[in-house]
Amino acid sequence: MDLLANLALGFAAAATPSNLAFCLIGCLLGTLVGVLPGVGPTATIALLLPITYHFEPTASLIMLAGIFYGSQYGGPPTPTPVPPPGPPASVGTAIDGHEMAKQGRGGVALATAAIGSFFAGTVATLLIAGFAPILTKVALSFGPADYFALIVFALLVSVSIAQGSIVKAIAMILLGLLLGLVGTNVTSGTQRYTFGVLDLYDGIDLVAVIMGLFGVSETISSIERHRVIPMLIAKVTSLMPSRKDIAEMTPPILRGTALGSFLGILPGGGALLASFASYSMEKRFAKDRSQFGKGAIAGVAGPESANNAAAQTSFIPMLTLGIPANAIMAIMASAMIMRGITPGPNVMTDQPVLFWGLIASMWIGNLMLLVLNLPLIGVWVRLVRIPYDLLYPAILVFCVIGVYSLSNSVFDIYVMLAFGIIGYLLSKLGCEPAPLVLGMLLGPMLEEYLQRAMLLARGNPIVFVERPMSASLLALSVIILAAAALPFVRRKRAEALQE
Amino acid sequence: MHLVRRPSDFLSGLVFFVIGTVAAVIARDYPLGTARMMGPGVFPLIVASLLALCGAILVGRAFMGGREDRIEIAPLPLLLVSAGIAVFALTLMGAGLVLATMALVLISSAASGRFKPVSSLLLAFGLALACTLGFVYGLRQLLPVFGSWFTPFLG
Repeated sequence: MDLLANLALGFAAAATPSNLAFCLIGCLLGTLVGVLPGVGPTATIALLLPITYHFEPTASLIMLAGIFYGSQYGGPPTPTPVPPPGPPASVGTAIDGHEMAKQGRGGVALATAAIGSFFAGTVATLLIAGFAPILTKVALSFGPADYFALIVFALLVSVSIAQGSIVKAIAMILLGLLLGLVGTNVTSGTQRYTFGVLDLYDGIDLVAVIMGLFGVSETISSIERHRVIPMLIAKVTSLMPSRKDIAEMTPPILRGTALGSFLGILPGGGALLASFASYSMEKRFAKDRSQFGKGAIAGVAGPESANNAAAQTSFIPMLTLGIPANAIMAIMASAMIMRGITPGPNVMTDQPVLFWGLIASMWIGNLMLLVLNLPLIGVWVRLVRIPYDLLYPAILVFCVIGVYSLSNSVFDIYVMLAFGIIGYLLSKLGCEPAPLVLGMLLGPMLEEYLQRAMLLARGNPIVFVERPMSASLLALSVIILAAAALPFVRRKRAEALQE
Repeated sequence: MHLVRRPSDFLSGLVFFVIGTVAAVIARDYPLGTARMMGPGVFPLIVASLLALCGAILVGRAFMGGREDRIEIAPLPLLLVSAGIAVFALTLMGAGLVLATMALVLISSAASGRFKPVSSLLLAFGLALACTLGFVYGLRQLLPVFGSWFTPFLG
C-alpha cells in the first residue's frame, strides 16, 4: 500500500509539465550525445552537468537522470546500422545488431533493443521503489563503524569486478582517497596537501577530475585509435518483429533484466559490465552458438536489457546508502551535494517528493525513449555519420566551457587538463580511472566515519568487529580480497572479464 | 630494460610508490591526535603508506611473470589536445570566449594528423558562434565574449 502511495506521489511530482519537459530534454540530450561515437555515458553526463545547474533540484536531477539513461539508450540506434566502435556500454549489441542490419533486419534489431530496454527499465524502476525503503531503514540503523565497513566493502567489491590488475585498481582507489583529502579538513581546519595554492583550499573539484579522466583522456585515446571506418548505410527496414523473433527475444530479455538488475547494485558494476556479462551468458544459453556474432537476436536482446536494468538499479546504493556505485553515480551524487542534498537514507525521508519524483521520472523517461527513439532513428543515424575529426574538437570545447562554468574558475580547466593527461597515461599503464573517482568521492566520508567510530568507541578499534553489521562486512571484504588473490579465481575472473 | 618483464607494472608501481611515500612524509607534519580523537594526520598516513606498498608490490611484480608488449603512446593527440586546452585556459580571460574557442578548435584539429585548414576554420567559427550564443546569451554563463585585452579598443 505504501508502495502505491509513494509511487503516486512520485508520479504526481514527475508528471508536472515542467518536469516532464526536463525529463524529455534530458532523454533527448542523453541520446543525442550518447549516439555520437567516442563519447561514453560518463563523459556525456559530466559534459552536460553544468547545463542542469540553472534549474531547481528536482528538475535538474530528473534531467540528469534522463541524460544518463538516455545515453544508455543511445546504444541501440548507433551500433545497429553502423559498425563498432559504438558507445562502450553496448559493445555486445554492436556486433550482432550490425550483423542483423546487414541481413536487412536492422529495424527488428532496433525494435528488440527498444523493447528489451523498456521492459528492463520498468522492472528496475519497480525494484528501486520496492527495495529503496527497506535499504533506507537498514541504512538508518547504521552506526559510523558500520558505514566505515560498508565503504571499505564497496571499494573492495568494485576492485574485484574491475577490469585488469587488482593491485592497480586498489592503488587507484588509494590515490583517489588521497586526492579526496586535498583541501581544508573540516573537523580540524588543517590544510592538507594544498602546497599553499589558494585554489586548492576548497579541495579538488570532483567533476573537473571526472571530466578530465572521462572526457579529455577518452578523447585523446579515441583520436589515437580512430580509423576512418567505412559506413554501412543500412536501410531501416520493417520494425515489426515476427512472432518467432518475439519468442526468441523473450527469454534473453528476462535473463538480461535479472542479471543487469543485480550487477547494477554492485559497487563498480553498472551498465558496461552488465552488457558484457549478459552477452557471454546468452552465448552459454544459446542452442546454436555459431549464430553469435552473426546476427543472433539474443545477442541484442540480452545485453540491451541488462545494461538498462543495471543503469537504473545503480541508483539504489547512492539513493539509500549514500554510496555511489560507479563514476556516473559519483557525478549524480556530487550534483546532489552541490544542491545541498546529501545522498543517503535521509533523502527519502526528508525529500520524499524529490526521491519518488526521480524514480517515477525514470519510468516516464523510459516510456519517452521507447516512443521517441523508434521514429527518430533516421535522425540519430545521420548524426552518427558526422566525421570524428569534426566531432572531437566540439567535445573538447564543451568540456572546457562546461568545466569553467562549474564555478567560473579557470583553475578548474587546468585541473581537468591535468587529470586528462594523468588519466590517459595511467590507462596506458593498465590503470582504469573509475576506482580513482570512487575513492576520491568516498575518501572524506571514509575518514569521517573512521574518526566518529573511534570517538564513540573511546579509541578502541574493537568496535569494528563488535558490531555484527560492521564485522560481517569487514569479514566479507577480507574474503573478497583473499579470493581475488587466489590463482584459480584470478584465472576465472580474467576469463569472465575477457568475454 | 631486459630485466623489467612488465613495463606497465614497473612504471605505474614507481609512480604509486613515489606519490605514496611523498604523501606519507607530508602527512607526518599533520597532527596525529590520539586513538580517541584522531588527528588529521592519521588517515592520510595510512592511505599513503598503503599506496606506497601497492607501488612496491607492482614494481616487484614487474620482474616476474610473462613478458608484456611495449607501451606505445602516440604523441600527437596527447600533445595537441593538451596544448589546445592550455591555450584556451590561458587566453579565456584576456582574449575572450570567441578567440579562445577558435584557438582550441584549430590546435586540437591537428591532433588527428589529418588537418584540413578550411574545414577546421569553418568549424572554429561555427563553434565559437554557437557557444557564444548558447552559453553566454542562452544559459547566461559568466564568460567574457571578448576579454580584457580588448577593453582599450571597445571603450
